[in-house]
Amino acid sequence: MGVGILVEDLNAWYGSTHTLQDINLHIPANHATALIGPSGCGKSTFVRCLNRMHETNPIARATGVVKMGEMDIYKDASPVEIRRRVGMVFQRPNPFPTMSIYDNVVSGLKLNGFRNRRILDETCERSLRQAALWEEVKDDLKKKSGASLSGGQQQRMCIARALAVDPEVLLMDEPASALDPVSTSKIEDLIFQLKSQYTIVIVTHNMQQAARVAENTGFFLNGKMVEFDSTHKIFTNPRDKRTEDYITGRFG
Amino acid sequence: MNYVVGSLSVLATILVLAPLAAILFYLVYKGASSLNLAFFTRIPAPVGEEGGGMANSIVGSGIILVLASLMGIPVGIAAGVYLAEFGRGKVLANAIRFTADVLNGVPSIVMGIAGFSLVVMPQKHYSALAGGVALAFMMVPTITRTTEEMLATVPHAIREAALGLGVPKWRTIISVSLRTASPGIITGCMLAFARVAGETAPLLFTAFGNQFWNFNLNQPIAALPLQIYVYALSPYDEWHRLAWAASLVLIALIMVSVTLVRIFANRGVLKGGS
Repeated sequence: MGVGILVEDLNAWYGSTHTLQDINLHIPANHATALIGPSGCGKSTFVRCLNRMHETNPIARATGVVKMGEMDIYKDASPVEIRRRVGMVFQRPNPFPTMSIYDNVVSGLKLNGFRNRRILDETCERSLRQAALWEEVKDDLKKKSGASLSGGQQQRMCIARALAVDPEVLLMDEPASALDPVSTSKIEDLIFQLKSQYTIVIVTHNMQQAARVAENTGFFLNGKMVEFDSTHKIFTNPRDKRTEDYITGRFG
Repeated sequence: MNYVVGSLSVLATILVLAPLAAILFYLVYKGASSLNLAFFTRIPAPVGEEGGGMANSIVGSGIILVLASLMGIPVGIAAGVYLAEFGRGKVLANAIRFTADVLNGVPSIVMGIAGFSLVVMPQKHYSALAGGVALAFMMVPTITRTTEEMLATVPHAIREAALGLGVPKWRTIISVSLRTASPGIITGCMLAFARVAGETAPLLFTAFGNQFWNFNLNQPIAALPLQIYVYALSPYDEWHRLAWAASLVLIALIMVSVTLVRIFANRGVLKGGS
């Protein structure tokens, strides 16, 4: 089951650039939350702070409190533990090119030393079914490289790979921006189904996408969160003038 | 214009390949006739006697090269991993990179002297081990730089994929970065191996050579390039013929071992993978 995330006074820097300023936000469990905003507004940095991927860049740092349930992810656990509980799907599909479809999906388990074949098999099938890819690849699991699939299939495989480690939260950084419309709608259907079991945070450039999949939406601008509310409210009756300008297409 | 550039590049290719083909052809022409079973099974005959072979040199070369690879490949790859994965922008990394580039250009006889002063002098005797160390010195810089460059071609997105799954950095480097870069790294190791396999100078005062069988790593050992050197400089026709045959065998052995590694490394590569 998913878990809620509470963010208090989160600040982040790349070198001397202050990319996130005083973010306060509550992301409810088992819902999809969309983050929108123009390029460079800090929304990607924000999700990367939620699984501490931010700090894999040597010049990046972050301060503040991020609580997953009762756990402060910057105090109570190592980045490696956090990333097992907070899965991430990236902008471009990034399959491991040397691995079969099967090995890609269970890589999070195998690379952490898990070897039980029966459980690996079950996890692979369950995750691929959850990612709506099972029927398309079940005959080639160990024969084909994960990189041989189409872009849309690769991205669903990457979602299956993230689900295989049984996370509580799923972060998606523009998961459909590199895909064609058909693949995009498959990914959106998937998000719709997955949010009953996981807390989903999705960064998107596509406002229709935010409106279709997310209950809540946050609008980021220049490193600050301008507004956070129910998606319906944001798109029909935003409080802030800047949000209104953005969603009506006046800039960005 | 297309025609001119096309023809020039074809011409250049022929110019490059012609000497290679000529060398190979000449080696076969001069060496093949002296190859017989005795060449592969017997040790050199004493001066003045007919016959004899180079079995001890073939095995000796093998032992030295295995020693050199066991020392040079792990150190070279580890140093390359440091440069690519940990050392970005660090002073130490720049120093290592510069040293590796300089070492790549150091004459091989200097590597022999280094092996001599570091292993032979303290031990006070020539040895197979000293030969292996000298050749390992020559392998390390090439392997280090190739490993670094190959790791640099692995997309950052793939590392992030692994880190994002909660895989520790060390495991990501071994199972994802190195594995993805492995075809290029293996090629680099093979190039380094093939280069040192034919080296004579570093072995002259380290492995030293031996007319007899030796399997003791602490004793002087025979090696094909050394034997070729000695025989080619000798005044005897019989020895000249054997030197030709040994050259042919040396080249063939290098080609066979490189090909075997390639076939072995390509096994298990999946359909549609890159």
